[in-house]
Amino acid sequence: MQEAMQFTPYTVASWIGKILWLIPALPIVAAGFIALLKQPKRKLASSLAISALFVSLLLALAAFGDVLAGWASGHAVRETVNFAWMHFGTTSVDLGWVLDPLSAVMLVMVTFVGLLIFIYSVGYMAHDENYTRFFCFLSLFAGAMLGVVISNSILLLFMCWELVGLTSYLLIGFWFQKPSAAAAAKKAFLTTRVGDIFFLLGIVWLFAQSGTLLFYNQGAGSMEPGALAGMLAAHGGLGLSAATAIGLLIFAGAVGKSGQLPLHVWLPDAMEGPTPVSALIHAATMVAAGVYLIARVYPLMSAGLQPGGTTVALSVVTWVGAATAVFAALIAVAQNDIKRILAYSTVSQLGYMMAGLGLGGVAIGMFHLITHAFFKALLFMGAGSVIHGCHEEQDIRHMGGLWKDMRWTFYTYAAGMLALAGFIPFAGFWSKDAILESAGSWHPSKAPFYLLVFGALLTAFYMTRQVSYVFFGKFRGHGHAHESPRVMTVPLAILAFFAVVLGLVGTPAWPWFRSFLTDRPSHFEWAGFAEPGIFTLMLTSTAVVVVGLLLGWWLYGNKSPRAEEPDALEKVMPLVWRALSNRLYVDEFYGATFIAFYFWWARVADWLDRCVWGGIVAAVTWLFGLLARFDRFFDENWVNGGFDKGCEELAVGGGLLARVQSGRVQTYLRLLALAVVVLAAILIWSSRG
Amino acid sequence: MTPLAAYLLVAALVFAIGLAGALTRRNAILVLIGIELMLNAANLNLVAFWRYGPHPELLTGMMFAVFSIAVAAAEAAVGLGLVIAIYRHARTTDLDEINRMKG
Repeated sequence: MQEAMQFTPYTVASWIGKILWLIPALPIVAAGFIALLKQPKRKLASSLAISALFVSLLLALAAFGDVLAGWASGHAVRETVNFAWMHFGTTSVDLGWVLDPLSAVMLVMVTFVGLLIFIYSVGYMAHDENYTRFFCFLSLFAGAMLGVVISNSILLLFMCWELVGLTSYLLIGFWFQKPSAAAAAKKAFLTTRVGDIFFLLGIVWLFAQSGTLLFYNQGAGSMEPGALAGMLAAHGGLGLSAATAIGLLIFAGAVGKSGQLPLHVWLPDAMEGPTPVSALIHAATMVAAGVYLIARVYPLMSAGLQPGGTTVALSVVTWVGAATAVFAALIAVAQNDIKRILAYSTVSQLGYMMAGLGLGGVAIGMFHLITHAFFKALLFMGAGSVIHGCHEEQDIRHMGGLWKDMRWTFYTYAAGMLALAGFIPFAGFWSKDAILESAGSWHPSKAPFYLLVFGALLTAFYMTRQVSYVFFGKFRGHGHAHESPRVMTVPLAILAFFAVVLGLVGTPAWPWFRSFLTDRPSHFEWAGFAEPGIFTLMLTSTAVVVVGLLLGWWLYGNKSPRAEEPDALEKVMPLVWRALSNRLYVDEFYGATFIAFYFWWARVADWLDRCVWGGIVAAVTWLFGLLARFDRFFDENWVNGGFDKGCEELAVGGGLLARVQSGRVQTYLRLLALAVVVLAAILIWSSRG
Repeated sequence: MTPLAAYLLVAALVFAIGLAGALTRRNAILVLIGIELMLNAANLNLVAFWRYGPHPELLTGMMFAVFSIAVAAAEAAVGLGLVIAIYRHARTTDLDEINRMKG
């Protein structure tokens, strides 16, 4: 199932390739303008952000069309525009952007989903005081994310990557007056920073090994065969090649950003942000940046790959992904916060994407990324609509029976839920099946396959649980639930449409998406279903999903338990339930190990500071105090004493002399005469002697 | 006693009288008269040293004396003018009273 990409580089970029930079630049410029607006200019702020992103969407569609046209006419397109940013002696720091099927697909997804979320935010944030600030951050985020997508230089990618991290911090902490939101923002920032340190090391190493920061540069880029062969031959320590070591370091960055084990802890807490943020950042785009990064450096990860085999880097990606997929799905089963369930589900689905990349290559992972972006954004926005309708209630035990009151939300949410669960023929089914299929045919081990199938069962189960709690049974909340305004439901409907049909571009009968990304001709044939294993696999996964759905419905469907009542699963397995609802104690574990260590370390540093360094400083201070005291004594008694005495004498002398200056001319004259007499006497005396 | 010594003795006597007047009198005009006497003692010396000096034919002492007398006349005029001005201002010519520069 591994497919290498063969592209013939385009030397001359098309018009859209030349102005590709406008796609991220427009939202960033819009963000700059919005930052200058005053708070009451709400309408102007949101329309600026939306129109900038809309133009970006049009440009992205044009870029997509350009790539598509090139692909359809037979020769693949990878347009790059590179330029030197700085020169250091003989090397230079190069930046640039790239337009190929991968970036084109991602551009369209980010701008389109982003635009819908922007529009949705107009309704969701309508009552927020800091509406303009929200759109400023949102627009900046979109621009940074688009920058990540088009980067052809790993440095430019990293800069945008950090910008994305910054805006994510700002948006999670948007309601910073809530201590929990401020803490969540800090946690997200610091946790992703752990991965970014490794990522940065990987970048430096990559630059040192390949001598270029560019991915593609007509044969001289770091993702092109020449540089890859060099890195494969070089040693990276621990018996790995440099290519593998660099790939693993870069993967660490992706682990942080995409919430993979063991750095997933920030993502569920990030739900403290406003819901459109959760949808945009923590479902559709930002967390996908890690997956996109791995797809972008896939040639490096897969360097030295033999057909039917795997590489160290790819198998690490696979195992981390598969473990994350199951781990997060397990936790999602026992959560009661509507957004937290979706958050853990996102972590789990990101695990699927990573596993897809590791098992089947770029096209498989990216396909799930794209479909997931649509249906997870839909689910988050649906959850936002539910929260809005239930007067800011987030606990699913205090909802129920909402399907009558919020029909639009219910139908769209159901579409998203079925897509996420992987129910045929929704989008998630096809993309998840592609991952399962490549897992099934993975030679090194069958374990990822079973893990992922188990994850699929859990996904269907926890989504059924959530939907049953929220939409069925009796209403257990306060007040009266109401449907959200049109500006929120219309984006939901559009996304729901894609959640249903988007998978059709990647069915076994018509693997258009895969062909497009890997530059092969694509044609439709029913025989695709008849390939060995495919049909059985489809049946298996459908059966698994149906079992999950039925299990969920059997336990939770139409039960309408009271809010205080223990969960149906809790009655059966109280111990397991407690562990799961406490998120398997990962946060506690980190609290007891890393954070405790840092606290201890900080205390040691504090003690060192206070006692050792502080003591030295205090001793020096005391010594100088003593010296100063001696100085003062010396000064006051000797120096000043002598000086004062001199001054006094002068004053007395001056007083005496002043008496002579009486103003009486004759006195002066007498003195003069006396002086002349004395002078004469001296002269006479001396001439005689 | 040579004639020069006699002249010098007379001149010294006149100078001493003038000096004593200038130093002891309180009246500004009398002080001026004393000064005048001292000047004339000096003139007498100039003429005496010229007359009994090495070149009595050159008239140098006469020249000095005439200059000195002219300057003394000018000085007397200025001095008396000043005395009158001070008298008008301070209503006295007593030198002990006139001991301030500020009017």
